[in-house]
Amino acid sequence: MQQVFKRPQSLKDVQTHFCPGCHHGTIHRLVADAMDLYGVQDRTIGVASVGCSVFLYGYFDIDVVEAPHGRAPAVATGVKRAKPESFVFTYQGDGDLAAIGTAEIIHAANRGEDITVVFVNNTTYGMTGGQMAPTTLVGQKTSTSPYGRDKSKDGSPIRMAELLAQLGGVAYSARVAVDSPKHVLEAKKVIREAFGYQVEGKGFSFVEVLSACPTNWGMNPLKANARVGEEMIPYFPLGVFKKEEA
Amino acid sequence: MGAVEAGCRYYFGYPITPQSDIPEYLSRELPGLNGEFIQAESEIGAINMLLGASATGARAMTSSSSPGISLKQEGISYMAGAELPGVIINISRSGPGLGGIDASQSDYFQCVKGGGHGGYHIPVLAPNSVQEMYDLTMHAFDLADLYRTPVMLLGDSVIGQMKEALVPNPRPVRELPAKGWEVRGKSGAEQRVVKSLFLGDGELEAHNWHLHAKYQVMKEKECISEEYETADARLIVAGFGSVSRIAHTAVTMARAEGMKVGLFRPVTLFPFPEKALAQAAGRAGKVLVVELNTGQMVEDVRLSVGAAAQVSFYGRPPGAGSLPSPEELLEVIRKNYEGTAR
Ligand SMILES: Cc1ncc(C[n+]2csc(CCOP(=O)(O)OP(=O)(O)O)c2C)c(N)n1
Ligand code: SF4
Ligand SMILES: [Mg+2]
Repeated sequence: MQQVFKRPQSLKDVQTHFCPGCHHGTIHRLVADAMDLYGVQDRTIGVASVGCSVFLYGYFDIDVVEAPHGRAPAVATGVKRAKPESFVFTYQGDGDLAAIGTAEIIHAANRGEDITVVFVNNTTYGMTGGQMAPTTLVGQKTSTSPYGRDKSKDGSPIRMAELLAQLGGVAYSARVAVDSPKHVLEAKKVIREAFGYQVEGKGFSFVEVLSACPTNWGMNPLKANARVGEEMIPYFPLGVFKKEEA
Repeated sequence: MGAVEAGCRYYFGYPITPQSDIPEYLSRELPGLNGEFIQAESEIGAINMLLGASATGARAMTSSSSPGISLKQEGISYMAGAELPGVIINISRSGPGLGGIDASQSDYFQCVKGGGHGGYHIPVLAPNSVQEMYDLTMHAFDLADLYRTPVMLLGDSVIGQMKEALVPNPRPVRELPAKGWEVRGKSGAEQRVVKSLFLGDGELEAHNWHLHAKYQVMKEKECISEEYETADARLIVAGFGSVSRIAHTAVTMARAEGMKVGLFRPVTLFPFPEKALAQAAGRAGKVLVVELNTGQMVEDVRLSVGAAAQVSFYGRPPGAGSLPSPEELLEVIRKNYEGTAR
């Protein structure tokens, strides 16, 4: 009998701490799949951020450096500059990357650091209990926007993939979702493509992944999964916004 | 120059006066040495690039001045927690806030007592000459590797912009432990993780005890101080960094007047040279601490000498033109010397 579906080699055989219906687990799998595809597990240095994905090293069988909240792109810059032969990626949430770490992501991207950034947008601060994030949708209720995000006071959700695509140093920028088999397959292809950019030394690559956080959205896994398509994708369109052919 | 001689090939920094000579020099030198120079987006960016480079086992550094050091505290705390080496040069200026760029020692507490969160210590070295700036930079890289810790060199605009003769000593030969903790891409071997998060039962307490033990070894082995005319002194003047140069002149002038006065200069501020100071102070019976602030190191002096000597303080808050002259210090020495005759 042929085994057609198995755990990627870059992923450890352990249970995750993610809540039921959380998309972090699926995204981990896709990242591991891309590492396996290029055979880079042995030269990969992952940079973990602060958020629900802080235990990156518990799930990926790779070397990992843990960065302070928001600083992963700067840490990854130091790693890659000192060890250019390594494959370096960061894995960051929306609070981490689009709020406290805005300066670090914009400048790492603009310098065109030869790294890949996986950006998990779940429109909230998952780990700290569901507060409003820079990506929280207008009207969305969170623990710190009990009346819904108010555009006039809180601003509009930031579309990071489009924003970064404007920068000269960015070679690849895209947004994907993992809420349906079709989207998962697309996401797999895009993450592979983004990793390929680094493997070929083409420069900075960025993938935003829309992600469900059932726990902090106050929804069951099915409802939360449905919300990605119903509410998030209309505001955060999927697609490849930049693809520099070097 | 000391950094380059010590094998440092990676520099990350953000412009701030009065330390810009350092990045300007390294931006010229490092590219030719197969190294990397990055002008970061902020001091926060710079310290985290240092964290990343250092996690790969490379010798790397950053430099800044007081307001920038405030921003680096987060990263320094993470590096202390994750036990990452790295050298931070602080050519401090006056504050609080934007303050001024004058020579000042108002950041003694910030540098020596931790600064960032979590109750860590890092070695702090306080050179008082160009030669020491050079030699201690090399020493700082060794200490960083030896103890797996960030190390700070603390100077001010007087030390940072001094022009003096320099003997480019070769890097000292010191046996350093093999690393083995650095991330490298696991290459079929065991996974390595550089982190400061410890959530397991008792894990963080054990980690903190481990750090504590390391600080005790530093206190035992790494204190450096310099003494001048202390053997028969009845009054010890104590000061570090730039003010120790002025105090040295004042002590020489006091000796010319027949006063038995000596100078004690801590070179390491952490670990503080408690024992050496206590001995010199115990012999003399009286210590006069001089600082370019309103009294910070004096607290460590009091703790070191205990009841063995009487401690007094002279200092002024920083500000343009507020460096004391040797004559001013001599006057203070005269006053403090009265009544010391036995
Ligand atoms: C300097 C600092 N500020 C705040 C925090 C608290 N904190 C931990 S995780 C987090 C937000 C995480 O949200 P996100 O990046 O969106 O990741 P998620 O958990 O949603 O995956 C915050 C604010 C911290 N650890 N450090
Ligand atoms: S809190 Fe949200 S993001 Fe965090 S593990 Fe649970 S579902 Fe996932
Ligand atoms: Mg989030």
